[in-house]
Amino acid sequence: METEITKIVLRSANLSVPDEELHRNSDLFALGMSSLATVDVMLAIENAFDVEFSNEHLCRKTFRSIDSLMSVVTELKQEQTSP
Amino acid sequence: LNAFTGHLSAILAVASKNAAAVDQTGCFPNETLSALRQARLLGSMVPRTMGGDGVSLSAAMETCQALGACCGASGMILAMHQIQIACLVSHAQHHPWHQALLRRIAGEQLLLASVTSEATTGGNLRTSDCAPVLDGERFRISKEAPTVSYASKADVLLVTARRAEDAPRSDQRLIAVLREDAQVEVVGEWDTLGMRGTCSHAVSLRAEGLNCQILEEEFGEIAERTMVPVSHLLWGAVWTGIAGDAEARARAWLRRSMRQNGSTSHPAAYHLTEMSGLLRTMRARLHDATACFEAARGAPEGSPAQAADTNLLKVDLSEAALRVALLAMRVCGMAGYRNGTEFSVGRHLRDLQSAPLMIHNDRIAADTATLLVAQRSAFPRG
Repeated sequence: METEITKIVLRSANLSVPDEELHRNSDLFALGMSSLATVDVMLAIENAFDVEFSNEHLCRKTFRSIDSLMSVVTELKQEQTSP
Repeated sequence: LNAFTGHLSAILAVASKNAAAVDQTGCFPNETLSALRQARLLGSMVPRTMGGDGVSLSAAMETCQALGACCGASGMILAMHQIQIACLVSHAQHHPWHQALLRRIAGEQLLLASVTSEATTGGNLRTSDCAPVLDGERFRISKEAPTVSYASKADVLLVTARRAEDAPRSDQRLIAVLREDAQVEVVGEWDTLGMRGTCSHAVSLRAEGLNCQILEEEFGEIAERTMVPVSHLLWGAVWTGIAGDAEARARAWLRRSMRQNGSTSHPAAYHLTEMSGLLRTMRARLHDATACFEAARGAPEGSPAQAADTNLLKVDLSEAALRVALLAMRVCGMAGYRNGTEFSVGRHLRDLQSAPLMIHNDRIAADTATLLVAQRSAFPRG
């Protein structure tokens, strides 16, 4: 999951730093990701992991880092499998 | 409240008296600013504990709307000043240096201006190229800004910059610069269609100060939580004021025309219904958006939904205000087209042409559409 989300972030977040400066706990907003780019990241993640973000996930906290995105995807996947 | 209403009436009278001259000559509305200072309105949004009046955003919007009705440029100048106050109050009032600054603003009635534009960033609020150069406890900064309203009249400048010289362009901070620590060289003309009194010249800025003048919080957060939404609300209030005065002139013209003709029938009268409807919608939207903004203040983070709402407000109000002024011109006919009559609406129409361009509506609409795509239905889908 980390590799896939990292690829998506590098492709869609429009960061203003070299790829090698991105780590799983890097602050993506500080690295140049705009609010608009979060929508690109969200759509790519939804497509890759077959999940759908809820309105409550649409906040800066979700998109702050690769770590936070992984937590949300894990949570959404668990919700899908729970009865 | 009565004393305040009295002060406001006096300010509005000064603004009205000077509006045509400010527009014609493109000079700064010095008389109106003096009246605002005399009534101590420049510190109105500063908290009471720091010597201000602690007025609410909606009260500040009402004042901007009233002032905008009398002189669009004066209303916009007050709005821009209040936006900077709101940023300091919401994001820096607990830092000793900025707390002292807020006290000075209230006590000395200092005027604040914004230096967010930069020649190399293409009008994007959220990117900066300039950066403070730190030297011990002090910094120095240079910025070439293509549009800075009333820079040479301001006592304090809030300047956006990169956090440091090696930081990404989007990693920005806001810096409070004192006029006495800055060299402000006006390098361009402000010969425009409207809003001429805002004197929004191109400026070359050289400044220095203490490192603690740099706000700690990320500018992205300040912009998203305060600067952008408060700008759209206060600008919207000014535009509603200008449009409201255009509509009032159209009504006055119709009354006079009907009296002279001895008939309540007039071919252009039906435009009043559209104008009145638009104005009611504008006021209701402002009221609703202010309530939503105040309610979201306590939330830990902003959301794309809020950003989309505030963007839509700006686009809709700017277009509606322009439509109202255009219809006022249609109603008043040649009396509205001619300058210098009590029914002239040329200045209103020209001032409001700036509304869709102040952060271009086309750019906002495209961004908003993207934000709207992200929003989910509140109800389950079948």
